[in-house]
Amino acid sequence: MTAPLVEMRDMSISFGGIKAVDHVTVDLQPGEVVGLLGHNGAGKSTLIKMLSGAYQPDGGQIFINGEKVTINNPRDARAHNIETIYQTLALADNLDAASNLFLGRELVTPFGLVDDAAMEAETRKIMGRLNPNFQKFNAPVSALSGGQRQSVAIARAVYFNARILIMDEPTAALGPHETQMVAELIQQLKAEGIGIFLIDHDVHQVMNLCDRASVMKNGQLVGTVNVNEVTDDDLLGMIILGKHPHENAA
Amino acid sequence: MTDTTSQPIPPQRKSFVQQLELDTRLLGMVGAFIILCIGFDFITEGRFLTPRNIFNLTIQTVSVAIMACGMVFIIVTRHIDLSVGALLATCSAIMAMTQTDILPNMMGLGLGHPLIAPITIVVGIAAGALIGAFHGYLVGYLTIPAFIVTLGGLLVWRNVGWFLTRGQTIGPLDETFMAFGGINGTLGPSLSWIVGGVLTVAAIAAMWNGRRSKASHGFPVKPVWAELTLSAIIASAIMGFIWVLNSYEIPTARLRRMFEARGEVMPEGFTTTYGLPISVLLLIGIAIAMTVLARRTRLGRYIFATGGNPDAAELSGINTRMLTVKIFALMGALCAISAVVASARLANHTNDIGTLDELRVIAAAVIGGTALSGGLGTIHGAILGALIMQSLQSGMAMVGVDAPYQNIVVGVVLVAAVLIDIIYRKRTGDH
Repeated sequence: MTAPLVEMRDMSISFGGIKAVDHVTVDLQPGEVVGLLGHNGAGKSTLIKMLSGAYQPDGGQIFINGEKVTINNPRDARAHNIETIYQTLALADNLDAASNLFLGRELVTPFGLVDDAAMEAETRKIMGRLNPNFQKFNAPVSALSGGQRQSVAIARAVYFNARILIMDEPTAALGPHETQMVAELIQQLKAEGIGIFLIDHDVHQVMNLCDRASVMKNGQLVGTVNVNEVTDDDLLGMIILGKHPHENAA
Repeated sequence: MTDTTSQPIPPQRKSFVQQLELDTRLLGMVGAFIILCIGFDFITEGRFLTPRNIFNLTIQTVSVAIMACGMVFIIVTRHIDLSVGALLATCSAIMAMTQTDILPNMMGLGLGHPLIAPITIVVGIAAGALIGAFHGYLVGYLTIPAFIVTLGGLLVWRNVGWFLTRGQTIGPLDETFMAFGGINGTLGPSLSWIVGGVLTVAAIAAMWNGRRSKASHGFPVKPVWAELTLSAIIASAIMGFIWVLNSYEIPTARLRRMFEARGEVMPEGFTTTYGLPISVLLLIGIAIAMTVLARRTRLGRYIFATGGNPDAAELSGINTRMLTVKIFALMGALCAISAVVASARLANHTNDIGTLDELRVIAAAVIGGTALSGGLGTIHGAILGALIMQSLQSGMAMVGVDAPYQNIVVGVVLVAAVLIDIIYRKRTGDH
């Protein structure tokens, strides 16, 4: 059996004596969507921030394609083709779409100056694919709607050939139409062999989009299940009561 | 007027100003400045807008304007620097001692050696950058608020300067060094025209280059007539400025002394003009460099991104702590350059040099449209802000307004400018 695309083994992190993530192990295969479920404060965002480089773990190991890696900062994560769409979107509101898309990875001219025209051209290309209605290329992203801002954040994650994509509640701020768009995008990326961690607390959404679901409660892993082997209620039981469905069945 | 873009947007009639795609906020500031100048000129019966007064106004503005360029980056990243006036004093003290004592006496170069000025300036800039970097380290790595670090710095560096010189005035400064002060170092008429021509060509070339680059990617560009109008405005502004400075004649008595100093006799009826001061040329150079830095380099992009959303910048892999060190180091270096200009203008280092400059510099940046909430600000705006402040002050002095009223007016203008800015941004939906 080939090694998983990502394995986070025995991860732990504490903040001021509180164990935000307590010996959690999750993994992800290429072309797979794994949902991370749990209440607010269950530790799912914290777990994933150790993969995206925003936090440094106190304990645990991360393997990518079976190789142990060290991720100290977001730059390291990007070097391993890990891209993240944060719940807050992490956009600089005063800059335009292209500047945000290429932030930290600007295209430069041979003189080492940033090449805004080239970046705008690339941004127009990818937005044409993701959100053809998008036209405000010269406005700061603060002037965009929630859905448009979301598509800038998604474009940023997709543009740089991500192999591992982390989506933290990507549809939280979206209307039904835009949510549908994100769902279609996830299917398309999955088909391209990208592995996706999808953080959400909408059980229904996870049942629809994910292959497997890992449920967390109070910083600990309740369990990981194949979504087609469980019901909505089983997942809810795991989230609320911390009960594993198979123990239940016994 | 036809809309040639292919989008199915209903062809809106754009106004003349909209087609030029000018920053309306900047236009407002330029308008306010022009009204101010004409107003003072009217009250003083034509004494305000003379070549002589405009010349003096520009050389008085340079020192504050140079520091305002650096203050833009500081405020854009949501920090503040209250220590710039004090830092200027320390740099000035270090440079005064270097050029009058350390280099000529201790290093044995002797007074008037041609290497004294360049070495002094390098030493001063290094000192300023080092002190600035230290401030940046305290702010960025040790997370002490910039307000506190630089408030402490204000007291520390003002008095380090005092301690170093034991409170003495040091002078006269080196001849070459004093050329950066303004009236003691000007380019003269022909060289000024050449510099004006080069600047005009460069500005227009940069504009058309930008247009070509946009067009090559198929982006919408301004109509050609709009570009031509802008080019004409730029050309006439630059050449007009040079023309004014070239109209200020050197007084005959002074000219005669200059000839005598060279051991020559002044020909009868000889006249010439000052032209562009070297200090103003220095400011122009710094303004261009800082604008390129802000708009066309990664460092500049990261400064604005960090100001807009520090967390996003961090998550994009930007080392925001190191960035803070760089910004404060740059501010320190600019304080040292301002110290060169300020002390050279006075021909001495004095103990109180740069006092209250921190407030003038912050006011210039803020009047120039730098938002204290971060992420917004321009170099040319800050320089215009400095010019407005200086005009207001000189104009009132010329009119004969009493000193306390002068400061009251400046304070009120600062607050009013920010209020107008807030209202403007609310209306236009800018934030």
